[in-house]
Amino acid sequence: MTAWIDIIMVTLMLANLLVLGSSRLSACTRIVAVQGVAAGVLPLLLGPQHRTMGAAVLVAITILLRGLVFPVLVFRALRVARVRREVEMYVSQPLSILLGIGLLACSCWVSSRLPLPSPAPSPLMLPVALCTALTGLLVIVSRVKAVSQVLGYLMLEIGIAVFGTAALPEQPLLVELGVLLDAFVAVFVMGIMIFHISREFDHIDTDDLDELADWTPDAEQPK
Amino acid sequence: MNLSDSAAAQPQIGMMFLLFTLSVLLTGGLFALATGRAARISSAIGAITSALGGMLGCCAGVQALCASAPLRFDAAWHVPFGSFSLLCDPLAGVFLLAASALTALAGVYGHGYFASWRGKKPLGVLWCCFNLLTASMLVVITARNAVLFLVAWEVMTLVSFALVVFEHEDSSARDAGLTYLIAAHVGTACLLAMFIVLGQSSGSLDLAQMGVAGRLAGLVFVLAVAGFGTKAGFMPLHVWLPDAHPAASSPVSAVMSGVMIKTGIYGILRVLGMLGEPAPWWGWLLIGIGAVSGVLGVLFALAQHDLKRLLAYHSVENIGIIALGMGLGVLGRAEGMPDLAALGMAGALLHVINHAVFKGLLFLGVGAVAQASGTRNIERLGGLLPRMRGTALCFLIGAAAIAGLPPLNGFVSEFLIFLGAFKGAGSTVQLMAAALAVIVSLALIGGLASACFAKAFGIVFLGAPRSAAAAGARECCALMRAPMMVLAAVCVVIGAAAPWAVRALSPAIAQASGTAPEALVIAAAPLYWIALCAAALIVLLLVVALARKLSRAGKPTGQQVTWDCGYAAPTAKMQCTASSFAQPLLDLFYAVLRTRRDEDLPRGLFPVHARLHTHTPDLVRVRLLTPVVRRAYALMRRLRVVQHGRLQLYILYIVVTVVALLLWKLR
Amino acid sequence: MILQSLLGFVAALLLAPLLAGVTNRVKAVIAGRCGQPVLQLYLDLLKLMRKGSVFSSTTTWLFRAGPVVGLASVVLAMTIVPCAGSPGLVSFTGDFILLAYVLGLARFFTVLAALDTGSSFEGMGASREMLYGMLAEPALVIGLVALGRATHEWSLAGMCRGIGPLGTTGSVSALAAAALALVLLAETCRVPFDDPNTHLELTMIHEVMVLDHSGPDFAFIQYTAALKFWLFGALMAAVLLPPAGNPWLAPAATCAALLVIAALVGIVESVMARVRLTKVPQLLVGAAALALFALMIQLR
Repeated sequence: MTAWIDIIMVTLMLANLLVLGSSRLSACTRIVAVQGVAAGVLPLLLGPQHRTMGAAVLVAITILLRGLVFPVLVFRALRVARVRREVEMYVSQPLSILLGIGLLACSCWVSSRLPLPSPAPSPLMLPVALCTALTGLLVIVSRVKAVSQVLGYLMLEIGIAVFGTAALPEQPLLVELGVLLDAFVAVFVMGIMIFHISREFDHIDTDDLDELADWTPDAEQPK
Repeated sequence: MNLSDSAAAQPQIGMMFLLFTLSVLLTGGLFALATGRAARISSAIGAITSALGGMLGCCAGVQALCASAPLRFDAAWHVPFGSFSLLCDPLAGVFLLAASALTALAGVYGHGYFASWRGKKPLGVLWCCFNLLTASMLVVITARNAVLFLVAWEVMTLVSFALVVFEHEDSSARDAGLTYLIAAHVGTACLLAMFIVLGQSSGSLDLAQMGVAGRLAGLVFVLAVAGFGTKAGFMPLHVWLPDAHPAASSPVSAVMSGVMIKTGIYGILRVLGMLGEPAPWWGWLLIGIGAVSGVLGVLFALAQHDLKRLLAYHSVENIGIIALGMGLGVLGRAEGMPDLAALGMAGALLHVINHAVFKGLLFLGVGAVAQASGTRNIERLGGLLPRMRGTALCFLIGAAAIAGLPPLNGFVSEFLIFLGAFKGAGSTVQLMAAALAVIVSLALIGGLASACFAKAFGIVFLGAPRSAAAAGARECCALMRAPMMVLAAVCVVIGAAAPWAVRALSPAIAQASGTAPEALVIAAAPLYWIALCAAALIVLLLVVALARKLSRAGKPTGQQVTWDCGYAAPTAKMQCTASSFAQPLLDLFYAVLRTRRDEDLPRGLFPVHARLHTHTPDLVRVRLLTPVVRRAYALMRRLRVVQHGRLQLYILYIVVTVVALLLWKLR
Repeated sequence: MILQSLLGFVAALLLAPLLAGVTNRVKAVIAGRCGQPVLQLYLDLLKLMRKGSVFSSTTTWLFRAGPVVGLASVVLAMTIVPCAGSPGLVSFTGDFILLAYVLGLARFFTVLAALDTGSSFEGMGASREMLYGMLAEPALVIGLVALGRATHEWSLAGMCRGIGPLGTTGSVSALAAAALALVLLAETCRVPFDDPNTHLELTMIHEVMVLDHSGPDFAFIQYTAALKFWLFGALMAAVLLPPAGNPWLAPAATCAALLVIAALVGIVESVMARVRLTKVPQLLVGAAALALFALMIQLR
């Protein structure tokens, strides 16, 4: 069992590195979908006591959402907003990959010091989960396009879900439900925003979004 | 005559050698100065005494390495707190050997190099300063009294400053000298503070008896790294190196780069010996400095067009490698792993000698090239291999050695540091992190250094000459070639006889790392395999060369122009330039290098002219020091109001001060 | 033991040109062609050895020494790589550092021979080759260090003896093998780093550096390239295959693994396009990142 969990963790980490290094939005979306499916299968591997009917249904819903619904939504947003499919970023790709490895080192150090109620099923789970969450944050911070930020948010959600599975294996349902709802709302809202953004301003670069359209410097002087 | 007498007599012989060396050097310098008018005689006296002094110094160094007890010498001196006491232990012996050998060879080379300066420049002064520099370096290495050490250190700084600004008509030389003087004195200030702390806490100014423990030990170590690091060229403190080494003449640059910056390393090792058990953060500090100096040094070297500036930055890189080895040694000592400590220090000390050898060789080669072709700019040279065969072969051996390629000596010291890193990588997580930093730095440095020297050797010596000056170059005289050949032979010998070289240095390594010599012997056993592989590589080379000769026997051989893709009139200027060779590598590291481009690109269908100039200023100087210095100037300018030039007000200051002192004393 | 190592070494020297033939055949089959015979490289080498040479008037003795040093260095490197389950002829603590640096020596002299011709094409290829070498060497060294820490052995033969099944050191060796695969493609100048079939000098890297060599010199260079392919393939096979109990099973397994690797390289060359030159550092940094990841997996 631990071997399977380890393989999934390695897959998650490789997916992190691939997302950091990839330069095409469609490739990033597919990788995040694969990551979501791999992470979704985890609760079933924790042990025989976790393989209940309810857990299986939840896992199926998770895999459907992360593997099918979210990517379809993102691809639809890309098509409707007529986005150029290239990733634009503030940090160059080789540097992003090296930062990803640095984040892994930090996560290893942090997870070795976290006081947890019970030990995780595999020693790789906590560092990789933290690293996935941190990589998601790195993607949000260092990418220009709004779609990249949606993907970063999805990765963050995956990381937190895996962390929950590792740290609190007795109560996967609560954590899962809460987090999934969060993510669903986020993607839905961001999808709507993207559609609206694309219609109002005709692009989805967040750089150009941090200026108000009708503000002039001298408009608000006190008399 | 019983055993104790002969044992006591033995150390005295070594010390006698050293004293003879010092006296030969000083009298030679004085005679050279006195006969300054007769340039040929003065130069000959200077060169002969330098060579003789160097050889005697080598004997002293070897004696110190082999002696069972350290050699001592004491004489009274009228300076308060000072005494003229010298101490030659194995650690000093290593540095003595490197210093004496290189200065002897540089002296012989100088006699040939300065032949064209006779009558135009005061050679008597030059040779006096040269001998004085050597003497002061030898005293720094063997001084046992703190005052003597500082006096010799200061003399070394001032004399090398004089040598750097020797061509004072050139304003860049004057600027370089000023930067060097300021940086050196900042370092000396740190050293002064360090010696005061050490003297206060141990109550004596004798270097063999000084010691301190606890929190003060950390402070002393930081002061030592700052003070000695300025002289050695650690990365944020290296700003004087790239300007001062090119400004000096080639034999002087060889001595400065090969030996003088090693006195900084010697100082750090001596202070480490005084401080007892080190703390792990000392090792981390040295490894961090080593990684930054090594990688950034070689990156900046890759971006230079001036051959001597390139070599100066490579000195920074090699000092970084030495610091990596020292850091591993200190970490090993702190964590109680004697084989890690022994391997790290072995790598560092062997690299001290190796760097002196191949950097000296490279600087002497660059001097020959610069004198033959009249320029140091890589972009104006080319095709010098058929015109300067001996120099080119020696430079090739030096370039392969500094890139760390087997079977030469650079590879052996880097291999020892790698072995130490593997010992660390197999143990605790902290040691593995340190070892990983060392391994990644060394791997990057190796690749970048071989790229840089492929560029330097390839563009300068290969292809077709890019200017008329390069086409007219002729081989230098035998006096200049012989030292280069000796140094190249030493590179090959140390590479092939690695285990015996390390065994010869083992007393010094044992002293520096605080371990027993047996730990090193066991840990460095793979060196026998390295020697075997070096021999195997040479045999394979001969076999393949023979196979090639046999396979070409009886077959026709033709001559053609180089494949030019059908272009009708290729010129020498269409060859690969140094900037374009280095451009892919430099673009990768643009964030650190910030190369500035000044270009006038070709326009239209038949462009008449185009120009591209790249310039990489020193990052630390531009980003860190210049803003700080500018702000300091702005502050100081406000104080200038005190300096107005009126005599009455100056007298008023004096009167007011005297009255105030009187009132304060009599209250 | 020594006899087995010697047999493996001799077999490697004899069979190395076969791998290039297998790769070309796979590429031809995927492209729908009949393709060259699998033994084509042997025939090419024989043909070149019988020819005379033409030298450029700009070149010196260094140009003639380049292929010699390259071949001698790679042959020395072959003695270090464990083959067919037995340790190499040369095996000691830290031998993989000697391996990396000896390959660096071969690259240094190839680059100098290219600069000796005074051609701008060869200079460009030389600078790109130094860039790739500079980035691939840390990936190779870090991958092997990760294996070393996992197996607590610091010689190549010791590391390959200590490889365990998937799940313990297995995942480390899988990641290290992935990094090694990228290094293999970079060092043997295959797609996605360099296209061995391109005719445009401006886009070549390895091919353009040896453009002016002819006759037996060129035969040496082709043979050196074949040996390098075998070297990195054998390294990958040694890292991936667990040690076999039967001493005669190991050589068969290694040969099979090498043929599979050659076929996989052929498939990769047919399926992928060459990556833009500015993106190559990304790939090699990715290889180094994989190796670092292999090292960090062990920090539990």
